[in-house]
Amino acid sequence: MEPMDFHVEAVGRRGINMVTRSGGMALLAGRFVATLKDIPRSMHLIVGQFYSIGVRSLPLIIVISVFVGAVSAWQAAYQFKFIGAPLRLLGSAVGKAVVIELAPVLSALVFAGRVGAGIAAELGTMRVTEQIDALESLGIDPVRYLVLPRMLACTVMVPMLVVFANFIAVIGALAVSIFGVDISSETFLNGYRMSFQLSDFLNGMIKAGVFGFLIGLVGCYEGMTTIGGAEGVGRSTTIAVVISSVLILIFNFFFAVLLFRI
Amino acid sequence: MPLIEVEQLSKRFGQHTVLDGISLSIERGESVVIIGQSGTGKSVVLKHLIRLLEPDDGRVIFDGCDLAEIGHAELTDVRRRIAMVFQSAALLDSLTVGENVGLGLKETRRMSSSEIAPIVEECLELVGLADAADKMPSELSGGMRKRVGLARAIANRPEVVLYDEPTTGLDPVTAETINELIVSLNERVNATSVAVTHDMHSAFMIAHRIIMLHRGMIVFDGTPQEIQASGDPIVRQFIEGKAVGPLTTQV
Repeated sequence: MEPMDFHVEAVGRRGINMVTRSGGMALLAGRFVATLKDIPRSMHLIVGQFYSIGVRSLPLIIVISVFVGAVSAWQAAYQFKFIGAPLRLLGSAVGKAVVIELAPVLSALVFAGRVGAGIAAELGTMRVTEQIDALESLGIDPVRYLVLPRMLACTVMVPMLVVFANFIAVIGALAVSIFGVDISSETFLNGYRMSFQLSDFLNGMIKAGVFGFLIGLVGCYEGMTTIGGAEGVGRSTTIAVVISSVLILIFNFFFAVLLFRI
Repeated sequence: MPLIEVEQLSKRFGQHTVLDGISLSIERGESVVIIGQSGTGKSVVLKHLIRLLEPDDGRVIFDGCDLAEIGHAELTDVRRRIAMVFQSAALLDSLTVGENVGLGLKETRRMSSSEIAPIVEECLELVGLADAADKMPSELSGGMRKRVGLARAIANRPEVVLYDEPTTGLDPVTAETINELIVSLNERVNATSVAVTHDMHSAFMIAHRIIMLHRGMIVFDGTPQEIQASGDPIVRQFIEGKAVGPLTTQV
């Protein structure tokens, strides 16, 4: 085979893989929607996932949010000093950045690393050890039993976590403003209140819900389609984190254009 | 009418043809054993019977309905009538042994815990693991996991049980218990059984009929007495377990 043919074939194969993966994810999303009617009978499974996916992510979200808030206050103060802007506007700038972008996007990226990878690894292991075949052989739909609780938990819990992330990040920013930048808490909070708009907060929640849905969908799809033992599980886990992180950033841009009109 | 009919079933994985147009039929209450070397597609046949795999060509018909043409709800009904015992047991490792055994009853038949408990107890007692209900699968040996897999399969009271290597990796005593269990299930509730095995002692003990696969095709289909009298060199080498012969020279 000529080197050129080899490259063309490799590009073609990647293209086919991408179309197959997109189609597979669209079908899985459709099957997830179709199983929403089974929520009442799957409540015992859903509650378990809400706890393990959502509640157990809270400590991590708290830690990253404190530092996200702290660094944004510090960097904003640095920029303000550079351009000579008044520091009483620090709360406005930091508050806007946290609510609109930093809390939803960074929480979703960390969530993709923790939960998206976990879902892909768990379902991937179940796939290669025939546990998913066993469920099917018992007449249990794996989409209802495994995918529905996980995707639902991701879609609902990411916005819930972002509420905490918003709150904790402001506390981190406030601490840096008081102890590092030397402005009073009243000044910081007045600035924050001045710029706060409920629509920004709600748009951030909508974004977070979509990011959660994407993380759940990609993690479940990669896990359910795993082939080839331990190596396959590792590959699915990596791909799940990479694809969901890239999708979060791409969707975030389109949300900015659609929801936050200039 | 046979309970299970396989017509011209072919399956390829990539460039490799695993099954090359095999046809067989299984009557209600019959106990069929499929033998053959590793990699000849025995487990692949089994997975087609419950549509865990879909044919590239050919059809699998269960009780008059083509498995490829039925919808999700009908497939669930068919799967409630057929149980499978997996080679690796395939127990859900996040559930206890008791929860694994009662899983089908809880999730598909929607029975209450009080209705499930005596059935789980009875099934675990049948496989000699009455005390293991609260253990996690990771606490069990390979043989015990396999027996739990069998208990889970029979808990649903299936009409057909598919066994993938039911005695492989078990000590001779446990293997004999499993063989006796398969025979008694077959006789007691007239359950149809299809087993895939390398273990010729097990095959002769449980089979009404033995089918041998070689290179994706059926090379023998007959009773245990007929296979023992067979003069086919491939069949003879396999059942006598000889290292030299057409099976090894054709590789």
